[in-house]
Amino acid sequence: MYKLTVDELHKKYGQHEVLKGVSLKAKAGDVISIIGSSGSGKSTFLRCINFLEQPCAGGITLNGEAIRTAPDKQGALRVSDPKQLQQMRTKLAMVFQHFNLWGHMTVLENIIEAPMHVLGLSRDEAEARARKYLAKVGLPESVEGKYPSHMSGGQQQRVAIARALAMEPEVMLFDEPTSALDPELVGEVLKVMQTLAEEGRTMLVVTHEMGFAREVSNHVIFLHQGRVEEQGDPKRVLVSPQSERLAQFLSGNLK
Amino acid sequence: MNEILQQYWQAYLWSDGYHLSGVAMTLWLLVASIAIGFVLALPLAVARVSENPLIRGPVWFYTYVFRGTPLYIQLLVFYTGIYSIESVRAQPLLDAFFREGINCTLLAFALNTCAYTVEIFAGAIRATPYGEIEAARAYGMSRFTLYRRIILPSALRRALPYYSNEVILMLHSTTLAFTATVPDILKVARDVNAATYASFEAFGIAAVLYAVLVFALVWLFRRCELRWLAFLKPQAH
Repeated sequence: MYKLTVDELHKKYGQHEVLKGVSLKAKAGDVISIIGSSGSGKSTFLRCINFLEQPCAGGITLNGEAIRTAPDKQGALRVSDPKQLQQMRTKLAMVFQHFNLWGHMTVLENIIEAPMHVLGLSRDEAEARARKYLAKVGLPESVEGKYPSHMSGGQQQRVAIARALAMEPEVMLFDEPTSALDPELVGEVLKVMQTLAEEGRTMLVVTHEMGFAREVSNHVIFLHQGRVEEQGDPKRVLVSPQSERLAQFLSGNLK
Repeated sequence: MNEILQQYWQAYLWSDGYHLSGVAMTLWLLVASIAIGFVLALPLAVARVSENPLIRGPVWFYTYVFRGTPLYIQLLVFYTGIYSIESVRAQPLLDAFFREGINCTLLAFALNTCAYTVEIFAGAIRATPYGEIEAARAYGMSRFTLYRRIILPSALRRALPYYSNEVILMLHSTTLAFTATVPDILKVARDVNAATYASFEAFGIAAVLYAVLVFALVWLFRRCELRWLAFLKPQAH
């Protein structure tokens, strides 16, 4: 039984076809890295999974429940039941490249916001969760009252990860979580992600960190021009790539 | 000067013996019009940024009409203009409403400040960082929750400095109320001037009262900004 399956996803911007049928299957505990050069469609793919972008065709199934869609006039898939999508999104917590913390809220308020106002938890329950996951991402309680703009990028991204964890999601989606960070801050975020992976959380990670893809994930997908060019066990795929494209990509990415 | 103060201080502050007057009336005009304007402006600002032109259009038209004409003209239209229409006087309810100068004044002031407030709020809503909206959607928020919890709280905070300006300008605008025989500070000052010919004292006292009110407002908004705009300030060490 797969936790998340994505079936033949297509996405077009006008005439430009960004995704030409990309599929993915994730079992519980899978950590899947999605790699590829910029413009390969890897972020778009991730954003189509929770419908931040509307795919043109394809299906998404979470825990055996398929999201119901119907094509709209422009030929994109529109969700038939917004309630079902909102439900599904609560189980697919996303971590963004630019953190996207809510700027007018403190750290604690950011983390308890969705558990309280989307999941319907009480403030006490939500705060208990927030403290638990703040500790997990390695932030002291003293940051609770800070505003995001007063923190470093690495700290902000760790708060964003705590915010995602507080939803206690089925699958976590990471959209280039370290690409906006200064090089010396990348490590602290990757370390948190490694801990999460070791706990057996199901994670999809769009990343440029080949070290992370090789050491932490158990499956890697290489996207090229909107297609899966190569995929498999990272130890094999990243060390001895079969396709010329991946070999080229990796040689430009010596790490 | 002392005689004027002794004789008219009550009228300047809160009562001319029959009605609210002076500072109390000016504050009532300000608070009532700002409160009505604010409450109306929230939904209208959301409508103003709607993608649907049928929703956006009428609000655009309203704010352009009210921002495009002087408040003085609007007040005259509401006070003398509307009441000169036969069919308005024929309706007992409308007749009772538009006969009272204070009603016409409040209506004109509220609609005027509302139009400006809509544009201030709409601008702040449009300037909400897109990533924050995206994060809210990605965490399963409905459109209503998204507006209630993320967009409006963020936009209202960012709008605060511009909104405080609008409130102060509105305080200055209340001086037009004497047109509709509303006994605000300026009306009292004019009456004092007419009765004593001591123009400098009569209007000087009014000026001081307005200045005190403005400084109080500035102080109040300063407190609000310290509280609600802390997230935009550089960190205090």
